[in-house]
Amino acid sequence: MILKQFSLLSNWRAGLAAFCVIATAMILALPISASSATSTDSHFKLKNGMEVVVIPDHRAPVVTHMVWYRVGAADEQRGVSGIAHFLEHLMFKGTKKIAPGEFSKIIARNGGQDNAFTGHDATSYFQRVAKDRLPLVMEMESDRMVNLQLLEKDVVTERKVILEERRSRVENDPSNILGEQMTAALYQSHPYGVPILGWEHEMRLLNLKSATDFYKRYYAPNNAILIVAGDVTANEVKKLARATYGKLKPQAERVRAARPIEPPHRAPIRVSLDDPRAGRATVQRYYLAPSYASSGPGEAESLDLMMKIFASGITSRLYKSLVVKQKKAASAGGWYSGSGLDSGRLGVYAVASDGEAIEDVEKAIDEVLAVFIEKGVTQKELERARNSYIASHIYGGDNQVSLARRYGWGLVNGRTIADIEEWPDRLKKVTVEDVQRVAKKYFDKSQSITGVLRPSETKKSGAKKAGHADRKS
Amino acid sequence: MVNPMQHFTRALRSWAGRTVPVTGFLALLIVIIITAPAAEAKMNIQEVTSPGGIKAWLVESRQVPLIAMRFSFTGGAAQDPRDKGGLANFVSGMLDEGAGNLSSEKFQERQEELALRMSFKAGRDMFTGSFQTLKSNADEAAKLLHLALSKPRFDTDAVDRIKKQILTGLKFDMNDPRRVASLEWFKLAFKDHPYSRPVKGTMESVKRINRDDLNDFVAKVFTKDGLSVAVVGDIDAKTLGPMLDKIFGKLPQGSDIEPIAEAKPPAGPQRKIIEMNVPQSVAVFGHSGFKRKDEDFIESYILNYILGGGGFNSRLTEEVREKRGLAYSIYSYLSPYRRAAIYLGNVATENKSMTRSLKVIRDELKRMADKGPSAEELKNAKQYLTGSYALRFDTSSKIANQLLWIQIENLGKDYIDTRNASIEAVTLSDISRVAKRLLKADGLIVTIVGRPSSIETKPKKS
Repeated sequence: MILKQFSLLSNWRAGLAAFCVIATAMILALPISASSATSTDSHFKLKNGMEVVVIPDHRAPVVTHMVWYRVGAADEQRGVSGIAHFLEHLMFKGTKKIAPGEFSKIIARNGGQDNAFTGHDATSYFQRVAKDRLPLVMEMESDRMVNLQLLEKDVVTERKVILEERRSRVENDPSNILGEQMTAALYQSHPYGVPILGWEHEMRLLNLKSATDFYKRYYAPNNAILIVAGDVTANEVKKLARATYGKLKPQAERVRAARPIEPPHRAPIRVSLDDPRAGRATVQRYYLAPSYASSGPGEAESLDLMMKIFASGITSRLYKSLVVKQKKAASAGGWYSGSGLDSGRLGVYAVASDGEAIEDVEKAIDEVLAVFIEKGVTQKELERARNSYIASHIYGGDNQVSLARRYGWGLVNGRTIADIEEWPDRLKKVTVEDVQRVAKKYFDKSQSITGVLRPSETKKSGAKKAGHADRKS
Repeated sequence: MVNPMQHFTRALRSWAGRTVPVTGFLALLIVIIITAPAAEAKMNIQEVTSPGGIKAWLVESRQVPLIAMRFSFTGGAAQDPRDKGGLANFVSGMLDEGAGNLSSEKFQERQEELALRMSFKAGRDMFTGSFQTLKSNADEAAKLLHLALSKPRFDTDAVDRIKKQILTGLKFDMNDPRRVASLEWFKLAFKDHPYSRPVKGTMESVKRINRDDLNDFVAKVFTKDGLSVAVVGDIDAKTLGPMLDKIFGKLPQGSDIEPIAEAKPPAGPQRKIIEMNVPQSVAVFGHSGFKRKDEDFIESYILNYILGGGGFNSRLTEEVREKRGLAYSIYSYLSPYRRAAIYLGNVATENKSMTRSLKVIRDELKRMADKGPSAEELKNAKQYLTGSYALRFDTSSKIANQLLWIQIENLGKDYIDTRNASIEAVTLSDISRVAKRLLKADGLIVTIVGRPSSIETKPKKS
């Protein structure tokens, strides 16, 4: 198998290897439960409302310390896109106690590594350090939760950096340009359509005030979750948390505003992009679907297993048919993204074989899909998919970062510890009928957007949208 | 596949080099900073020899019921026949495409049933494998890996499919400025040496590769003589022995790889601009470096951390990103190969700012060569490099990676215990001497992909 050599549909640029790990692990991370943090003592609340989870792992004398905020890009005001991510960058710029830019330097001088990331629903900061440095990072992280101090000149320079980041991730890669256009067109009202990095023209207007406003509104202990995984006990963490985060005052209710609800989608949408940098013609399609947080009982689990069987990897139906048997595609696959607070998505894609018309490839996807929906899956396929997820759960237990992320991600999206830990058990309850039912229900073209990327000889590039016309029909 | 709903972005940050006023809080920091972190990577490495004579390093770790194995064979892409570049990489994509009596479909289904994780990678000098299994499935998983290594089928259908995927990947790479800049750099730097050729090959060379070539590579490279193995997990030496024989026991003994000539150290100044219609240019810059066995390697490693390897603690990030906002990503690293060594860097910046970014980079290399780092920079680098060492040993897979690498580089079983002391022993004058020896600001080979404005195509002597 050599699929990994395609950069297609990946958000990540080469050279930023550490980020790739984060992004890939995330998918596995969400729903798989851990064996360690089962004692209720490991999950508690500080008096100011900050939630704490401790995941002991005593194999190496190191800890992973994460703080998750219940806020993300989907909570931004209209017209101020990118502010959640921009603030995440600015959180490294200093406080009353930490000089501008010193934060990471202090972590490094203590043999630690740190990083942060922003999603539509959450923002997270983490450090990995030797266990005797845990008090230090807790002191520092709690300090910048309320004492951030920004200088105008740092804000202006960092704005240039996020614009370069956008060029690297989006503008230099036509498949990401198309992905951004598709997402924007898919969500007709909900802010998941706005890119996390922001729209360029709005990013240019982000400033000290917009960053400070966002910070003051959302960064507070009662809007945060602390996860500590590694060579510690719950009691040690409790003591330290009280002495650091525990001293911060809770602020007025920090519940995020309800986001606009998607109107009913009534017609399939299409977007196409011709770009000389496209390499090979590709087709991708997204379908709206519920997420773990928004679905009825068992539905997200069924979607996970359904997509695993239909499109994930070289044993999937889609790959076997399009790549192995029909040879129309050089590569094909799909995913279920179920981690959103308000909704999720299904995705399928294929890269045309040389000389194959992309329309025929798309037709082939639809044919495989039709058979899949009509005939369903076999018990054997279901067992294989299930085993593979349960094994990921065990493999994930080898890594304290992925364990910490599993809990942080689940809690920040409104799930309970029990929800997270009972995931393998709930997977076991999914039947072949469940799988077929969700396939029927959610592979609904009227809830979808299809994007086609074609290599063009022309020098000019630009997206043309057929979507609006379609929707009027 | 990456979950496209979540856009993970990283805040890259800096060090502003300011003195921090000492407050109560800072006093705490200072106390902590004086001593190195207490985390030490202590582990019991067992040298296991199987009944059949296969050697491996083992660290037992019982908490998680899984076994992680990493192994390597001497011989990678540098072994590719001249007109068949990409052969080693091709093999790495074929080993789960059917073996023994299992077709590719059956092989992959079996792999999934066992929840076995197996992958292979062709480097320039080595061919490496990664294997991870649940303890309960270890026997069956070992059988499958044995088949993959000793009896790959290379069925025509699978060969055609993987060839198509590699060619498609190459087609995408041709439009990826980062890839193109790197490939062009190696071409300029290594001329006719095998290292000048892309590991993945070219559209032409990959098309020429056939089933016989794949078999030849396997026969030549997958041998007991060239094998190193590291195992970490829920298994003891007594159980591991027979498992090693099951996996590797049937391989031929003698290695038949071609000797690779020493490469001429890459020398600049050279500059090449490759026109591509992108808003952001990407540049790769670098020159010769030191091999792992070089007496100055550790010094150059620390030096690179201070100059461009230490993320937000590096001078290049400070100057290019933090002070000027010219780039999101700027870094440098050392690549010691068997027959050459290089010091390489990468920067991506808006087309109109490329000239300025490269000048800042060149000035920083020169300043470092002339004056060396400050005592504080060296102290900070040592604190990070020694203090963070334990972070490389907190998962079974990571430990196995370390153990394999120590074997490949022949650093000795006590390396983990002595490594931090060898970093501590480096002095400021060592580093300053090595900075002069390593860095050649006026001798850089630079490849730029994009539409950088106001860059002359001829290198400038400054």
